[in-house]
Amino acid sequence: MFYNIPVIFEKSESFMKYVRQFLIVLLISFAGEGLNRLIPLPIPGSIYGLLLMLLCLCLKLIKVEQVKEISAFLLEIMPILFIPAAAGLITMWDVLRKNLLAYLLITFVTTAAVFFVSGRVTQRLLLRQRRGEKK
Amino acid sequence: MKLLTESAFFGVAVSLLAYFVGVELRKKLKSDLMNPLLFSVAAVIAVLLLTKVEYETYYAGAKVISFFLTPATVCLAVPLYEKLGVLRKNKLAILVGIGSGVLTAMVLILLMSVLFGLSHTEYVTLLPKSITTAIGMGVSEELGGYVTLTVAIIILSGIQGNMMAPLLCRLFRITDPVAKGIGIGAASHAIGTSRAIKMGETEGAMSGLSMAVTGILTVIAASIFAVLY
Repeated sequence: MFYNIPVIFEKSESFMKYVRQFLIVLLISFAGEGLNRLIPLPIPGSIYGLLLMLLCLCLKLIKVEQVKEISAFLLEIMPILFIPAAAGLITMWDVLRKNLLAYLLITFVTTAAVFFVSGRVTQRLLLRQRRGEKK
Repeated sequence: MKLLTESAFFGVAVSLLAYFVGVELRKKLKSDLMNPLLFSVAAVIAVLLLTKVEYETYYAGAKVISFFLTPATVCLAVPLYEKLGVLRKNKLAILVGIGSGVLTAMVLILLMSVLFGLSHTEYVTLLPKSITTAIGMGVSEELGGYVTLTVAIIILSGIQGNMMAPLLCRLFRITDPVAKGIGIGAASHAIGTSRAIKMGETEGAMSGLSMAVTGILTVIAASIFAVLY
């Protein structure tokens, strides 16, 4: 067991990598919130952050390797991040109950309709594009 | 008891434990009907009702979890960046496909909100229903909707897509893997995407891409449609 100790020390050095990765993501999140305050549009800071990150990746200001592990981790645990807000449903029951049937119907119909339209339109255009390439 | 519930760790621990149990249950049951997120939310609500803890008390601790939502959304840029090649090659079909889906959602929600006589607040609560929760919460908040209700409806849309994707593909005669992925991601975001990944590599990749683009397009479209009713 004891011969493992030097390895653990080496590891602890490399864990700083994850701190650095998280710092990059936090700085971009912070910049995104700043843009949300500056620009008078109903676009959340997280979206500005997403676009900023995409821009930084495209311009090679940030390499994928510099945020790879932290983004894999955060995307993996993403469902957990919704639990506290979703549990707030407990305080929304009165609002939800008032129009429960309407909400359920709108949700059900819209989800199926979006799936139909997006899927069929994409399929139609892909077929046309492939036929064009063959000619 | 008071110490337990007023500790900042109570809310976080209950949330994580609920998700852990949900994931284990899905492994045991091997069923798409067992959705860990849905289970966690139901379990947390059950615990709050049983222990008679106020939601505000729970959230005072659990908001530490919500802190990570913005960084996680920022990280959605990474898979989107890695799939830019596929997007460039089929950009017209993909973008028009996603755009028409976003428009369909907006128009249908507007029409049905008028039909059911919903209030403006309820209408803007529903507008971001097809996009990933992190973005949808932001849109709902900015437009003045009920954020928690938006989250609930987003989760319902996701679970519907997750459970019904293969059936809807057959019913609507969508056979192309790219088109399947785009449709699933546009209609049912991350929760639908987790099913698309199981249907195939292309379906999964396209669903993830579609989810991100749908989110961004909906931010713009929802702010325009919010003025209409």
